[in-house]
Amino acid sequence: MSRLPTPLTLPDHGHAHDDHNARTSNDNTRDAAPSAAGKRPGQGAPRRRLRGESATAWAFVSPSVLIILGLSVVPVAWSLLLSFQADDLVTPSRWVGLGNYRALVRDPHFSQAVRNTLLYTALYVPLSIGLGLLLALVLNQRIRLVGVYRTLIFVPFVISATAQGVLFSFILDPEFGAANSVLHKLGISAQGFLTDPGQALLVLVAISLWSGTGFCVVVTLAALQDVPPSLIEAARLDGAGRWHLLRHVILPALAPVIAFLLLWQTINALQVFDLVYVTTKGGPLGSTTVIVYFIWEQAFKNFTAGYGAAAAYALALALLLIAAVPRVTRAVRGRRENHRLEGAAR
Amino acid sequence: MTATSASSPSASSSSSSLSSPASVSARPAAGPPRGRRWLPFSPWHLLLAPLTLIFAIPLIWLLLSSVMSNAEINRFPPALWPSGIDLGGYRYVLGNAMFPRWFANSLIVSVVAVASNLLLGSLGGYAFARMRFAGSRVLLGLMLATMAIPFQLTMIPTFLVMKRLGLIDTLGALIVPSLVTPFAVFLLRQFFLSLPRELEEAAWIDGCSRLRVLFLIVLPLSRPALSTVAVLTFLTTWNDLTWPLIAINHDTQYTLQLGLTTFQGQHHTQWSAVMAGNVITVLPVLLAFLFAQKSFIQSITSSGLKG
Repeated sequence: MSRLPTPLTLPDHGHAHDDHNARTSNDNTRDAAPSAAGKRPGQGAPRRRLRGESATAWAFVSPSVLIILGLSVVPVAWSLLLSFQADDLVTPSRWVGLGNYRALVRDPHFSQAVRNTLLYTALYVPLSIGLGLLLALVLNQRIRLVGVYRTLIFVPFVISATAQGVLFSFILDPEFGAANSVLHKLGISAQGFLTDPGQALLVLVAISLWSGTGFCVVVTLAALQDVPPSLIEAARLDGAGRWHLLRHVILPALAPVIAFLLLWQTINALQVFDLVYVTTKGGPLGSTTVIVYFIWEQAFKNFTAGYGAAAAYALALALLLIAAVPRVTRAVRGRRENHRLEGAAR
Repeated sequence: MTATSASSPSASSSSSSLSSPASVSARPAAGPPRGRRWLPFSPWHLLLAPLTLIFAIPLIWLLLSSVMSNAEINRFPPALWPSGIDLGGYRYVLGNAMFPRWFANSLIVSVVAVASNLLLGSLGGYAFARMRFAGSRVLLGLMLATMAIPFQLTMIPTFLVMKRLGLIDTLGALIVPSLVTPFAVFLLRQFFLSLPRELEEAAWIDGCSRLRVLFLIVLPLSRPALSTVAVLTFLTTWNDLTWPLIAINHDTQYTLQLGLTTFQGQHHTQWSAVMAGNVITVLPVLLAFLFAQKSFIQSITSSGLKG
């Protein structure tokens, strides 16, 4: 869960800005022509240097471009190729066409992995965002020690999934763990936790909530502090009570952030791996085998890399669909609204 | 004439705006006493303190158990508080030659990744922000698109690429893929775009090369963005388990994360040593976080929200 946010998802203000800048840079090069050069002396750079500019620019970007594209575009294509082959990572591979995908559909282990992943996601995502929202609302009050609370809630987020997994394997150890020791003192019988097929996945969700809620809190809190105070003051002067303020002013203002968190947490939850590897290795009885664990197992433990690549493509397609859903619904809703408006006009 | 007629409405509006802050300030002033009537502190603490404790207890327990003796942990029911400080776990872990080695490996990989992300990210980001060259839009779009590619789609072929390069089972296999991320390039580009151009242009006209402009003028102004890239790169490389697990087999090349989970598997009953190892794994990130908390939180919220 320690995968960090990338600036892909929100309709960022940067873009407008960036277009503006692109436009001005276009103007600059046009200004470099002698006719306009006199008008703005600061930008009348000699043409010679502009010609050398392209070479310098390429020198600047080529290391990044080579590494980033080389280690993404090439593997994506190679992965697709692999998914049509039987490959053990050592001997030359054999073409099997759609065989891997056909086997995947029929594989009960894969469908179990899909079910586990969906259950994990369905529990983790709404709970982490909901808890994060509640905590952020409380932490947004003007009370003492807020900084300390925020720090303590956020700290687990910076800890690696490995360390979390090792720590909780210990705390939840059925024999030596502190959890059962506390339960014993409360008169509750010992639990299996990660060793109980009925509990393991739920325990993993709880561990992820422990470490992932802080991220939601911090992000939501930042957005809360960006809600213009004048808006809140205006609503208050209009006689809005606490609940109305929350329902009609604050939550609508938070909508973009919650949408971002929904997408971000979902994408991360569907890719959960480290925590599972460290705590349960997919067990007991496959009850915590998630999709990425399945892929890793096929490719690097069973050495059926082609099969693993096919599973990876299935997951990537699902992720792509999820990322596209908000955009498509927005487009559809927009069109429907247009229709309604047109109908009204008629 | 017009000035006086204009001043009179503004005077009336200022008097009305004077009355509204008064009413606003009256509210918070009236608020706290209501809460303080029955408690010496805000009632929210009754909710926040126990909730926060849930987040803190596992970490406190991590520290406590790392200084317990194995005998204390292994009796039933296990002790919840150490009777004294026993450093046996730390002695075992540090005497066991592997942990210091793994620590060094993790440090090498993370430090190289941070340095190279800062350097290559600045160069690339600057070129995309300020310089014109054929295909720059397409390239930037492609780089952005690669951020959407999930890691598990590329991990099998990346393993095969590293194998062809002969890097599997060396730190090189861990370093090469983390040398530069599209995130670093894009974040720095966005930041450079927000800087005023005039400073750079003046230096450029004076004959400074682009490289000098970047290093002498732009980068010193870009500290917030650079620290964001550094923090996030360090965090992701230090904490990563998936890729080291795939790329490394031999235990001399393990990173701390990989070493810790393997160590736990092999020393299943020596929990105090495992927890000592865990503390060592967590400590650098934790210390960095506590010392640079503001920058951490800003990095994470800004990267998530604004990009």
